[in-house]
Amino acid sequence: MSTTDWEAVLSVPVTEDRDHIQGPADAAVTLVEYGDYECPYCGAAYPIIKEVQARMGERLRFVFRNFPITTSHAHAEQAAEAAEAAASQGRFWQMHDVLYENQRRLRDQDLRAYAEKLALDVELFDKDLAEHVHAARVHEDFMSGVRSGVNGTPTFYINGTRHDDSYEVEALLAALERAAASQ
Amino acid sequence: MNQVETVDHLATPLPAGAKAPDFELPSTPGQTVSLAELRGQPVILAFYPADWSPVCSDQMALYQEVLPEFQKFNAELLGISVDGIWCHLAFARDRNLRFDLLADFEPKGEMARAYRVYRANDGTSERALYVIDAEGIVRWSYVSPVDVNPGADGILRALENLGKEGAS
Repeated sequence: MSTTDWEAVLSVPVTEDRDHIQGPADAAVTLVEYGDYECPYCGAAYPIIKEVQARMGERLRFVFRNFPITTSHAHAEQAAEAAEAAASQGRFWQMHDVLYENQRRLRDQDLRAYAEKLALDVELFDKDLAEHVHAARVHEDFMSGVRSGVNGTPTFYINGTRHDDSYEVEALLAALERAAASQ
Repeated sequence: MNQVETVDHLATPLPAGAKAPDFELPSTPGQTVSLAELRGQPVILAFYPADWSPVCSDQMALYQEVLPEFQKFNAELLGISVDGIWCHLAFARDRNLRFDLLADFEPKGEMARAYRVYRANDGTSERALYVIDAEGIVRWSYVSPVDVNPGADGILRALENLGKEGAS
């Protein structure tokens, strides 16, 4: 064959130690998002995920991985590192939410203000960002996405397989329910 | 009526093992890039339908982002469309693309035709990928549906396989 086709599956499985996770480890379905904090489509997906989480409750485990496309989004890398810096202080999801709720305000001084608001150790936060302590982790996420067939943001995986369909609430919910039922 | 039959039939690209047709196309006003001058290193050809269209932009932005990974294989990435050189220049500047975009502009689509990925009905190329080895032989080719960004995974796999088979 002159063309090669392949199934897009998660190249790095979800692990409780490494990943940022909401929901129980034994949930019926795991939804992984590769996202960019400055990407408007990811911003549009943010409330959808919240609704899907509310409706599925403990049956859903949600995982977020970084996929900053810095070529298009000048602040995406620093925002991703800010979320990882917050994670190192145990506040990943709080920062993740603040970033998506303030997508147009991701300059360094904005990130610092969010760190203060979340009562982080701001000195440590500043140091982490200045020295790019979490850049390696962000890049690791990015490459795991590339190798899993991420071709834009957001890209979702349901129980390890890429979800190529719409991510409108009902479509996403239906796909998640199908995956839950086939377990 | 036969109109329901207008399914989008994708082109069949040159297969692995074929000799890659040589080309020499402008990359900037006053500069050209030829396949011959890239002999000795792997070459990635990313044919895309048009500058500025949403999917193309995402795809090229992604390739810019993954460029350091391609460079680990010493591979040269070239984007190709039928757009003219000034259009490419404005597009690359706007999207922060720092790899060459070749203008398959005159005679229009000649390179895309040689690589069997020209869409005569649209007057553009397919969204097609080629990985060519250091000796100028096609080692992998792929045509994606026009509105689907094929990502970078297939290219990286092909580059890895060059390493594995390259000794022969």
